[in-house]
Amino acid sequence: MADRDAGPAAGNGLLDRRFFLKAGAASGAALLSAQACSADRPPWMRVPGAPMSESGAPSEHEAHLQRTAIGSQPGTTGAGASRTPLELLDGIITPSRLHFERHHSGIPAIDPEEHRLVIHGLVERPLSFSLAALSRYQTISRIQFLECSGNSGASLSAEPVQRSCSQIHGLVSASEWGGVPLSVLLQETGIKPEGKWIVAAGADAAMMSRSVPLDKVLDDAIIALYQNGERLRPANGYPMRLFLPGWEGNMSVKWLRTIKVVDQPAMTKDETSKYSDLQDDGVAKLFTFPMGVKSVITSPSHGLQMGASGIYQISGIAWTGAGKIKRVEVSADGGKSWADAALDEHVMSKCLTRFRSAWRWDGGPAVILSRATDEAGNIQPTRDVVLDGRANGAFYHYNGIQAWQVRSNGEVNNVYA
Amino acid sequence: MFTRNAMAVSVLYLLTAQIVMADDNPQLGENVSQADLVVVDYTIMPNGEGLPDGSGTAAEGAKVYQDNCLACHGAGGKDGLNDVLVGGHGSLTTDRPQKTVGSYWPYATTLFDYVHRAMPYQAPGSLSDDDVYAVTAYILYLNDVVDENEQLDADTLPDVRMPNRDNFVWAYSPD
Repeated sequence: MADRDAGPAAGNGLLDRRFFLKAGAASGAALLSAQACSADRPPWMRVPGAPMSESGAPSEHEAHLQRTAIGSQPGTTGAGASRTPLELLDGIITPSRLHFERHHSGIPAIDPEEHRLVIHGLVERPLSFSLAALSRYQTISRIQFLECSGNSGASLSAEPVQRSCSQIHGLVSASEWGGVPLSVLLQETGIKPEGKWIVAAGADAAMMSRSVPLDKVLDDAIIALYQNGERLRPANGYPMRLFLPGWEGNMSVKWLRTIKVVDQPAMTKDETSKYSDLQDDGVAKLFTFPMGVKSVITSPSHGLQMGASGIYQISGIAWTGAGKIKRVEVSADGGKSWADAALDEHVMSKCLTRFRSAWRWDGGPAVILSRATDEAGNIQPTRDVVLDGRANGAFYHYNGIQAWQVRSNGEVNNVYA
Repeated sequence: MFTRNAMAVSVLYLLTAQIVMADDNPQLGENVSQADLVVVDYTIMPNGEGLPDGSGTAAEGAKVYQDNCLACHGAGGKDGLNDVLVGGHGSLTTDRPQKTVGSYWPYATTLFDYVHRAMPYQAPGSLSDDDVYAVTAYILYLNDVVDENEQLDADTLPDVRMPNRDNFVWAYSPD
């Protein structure tokens, strides 16, 4: 192996973030020579492979790659959530079939021919839009995250729960969302001067509804029709959904049916009784819209088994509702020292950012952490800081630093550090 | 607050309009009749705007509750499989906050709105507007917010003062 001059970057074996770049050339050459010397063929190289097909599927060896921690309210099957298997994914795009779900009354079976989006209220002209009509408008597409504001609620537990990264933090995903800027449609309807908010409601059986300030709507809201290049999946709002970059996921109303321009928020159930933040003084905050700066190490994490001591990649995702991730730091000594992680090339606004650090694990116990900073200067807080002043059980908008303890036997545990 | 917001929105609107030229918009929205709007519009505002005709009392709502809500929410709005609707008064500053309709929800109109659009879970839309007023009154009565024979309708419901009304602050600033 070539001599590497990438020295330690922080305590307990964290290596310089350029480590993997330097290592790549040498290991690639070794792989090529091994293949050239191979005399026999494995079974899949002795017969022609499978034919083409109309729709692809993951390898049969990846059957475990599924959404996790699926739960629904008692007596229901569609009032709950499923989570993205973060620790089994790399990069920043969530495969559409693995995008997390949070539904309030199941997934409606909508006939796209019959579905209409009606925009009304304090507008000059109430208008109705079919899917076919919206498909003729100029669309824009952006790769952005969607996070349920109830994500990571398990981190409130008094003692750290031994669950996987996805079971704790899997209510976040990222996709390429394509659709029509809502501002374009509101330009067509006109907005009366008294209009300050919209109330968006879905075509699900619960007609889930949220109020959204008009300035956000005109800034970057879209009526999303596409997810990762194809029409929305039913579980993500087919045939159309509201998408509000960076804001709590519940507001990006799926199966969007009506938008009413109003002069004040409607104070719906999901913006008062739910998705409000009770403080320990009994006062609750309404309209805590943007998702805070956050990161989590997806590998290693609980449920992934470490092998022998040696070089490992510490990898994870970071995101913020405030724009771009500017920096992610990683610690391998419980937060005593930190080193900058390498960020993958695609650092986009209100999107997941993949970070990576090289770590020389000495086989001993270690606590690994990540801490994100965004372009607005927000730094991901510790768990203690997040919980300070909150009422017991107030779980929305948890963005505290996640710590994983790597044990000598290679197991990884959830710990509070 | 709203005056300044109006200015901010106007500026944003102009900016947006510049980015997307009118020529780029195929203008395919179809006019919607008032009759069609009434069918799709379930929005109910805290000032009562959008509330339908009809009325009901807690006394009438008790039977609606027994028939439609009891299985999930329990007798008297407590001890059901799903959300507790009643009680928890004074619990919000304790170690075990209990957020019920009576202890937490700031607006009575929200209760009507939610039942009207989403309940009962297995058959939303199956209750008459009178039934929704009545069961709303019943849940508020169980929380000592209205009297048993107080009639709730589009005029009286917005005036119902919820006990926790003043304990909410806005984290969002329109400016």
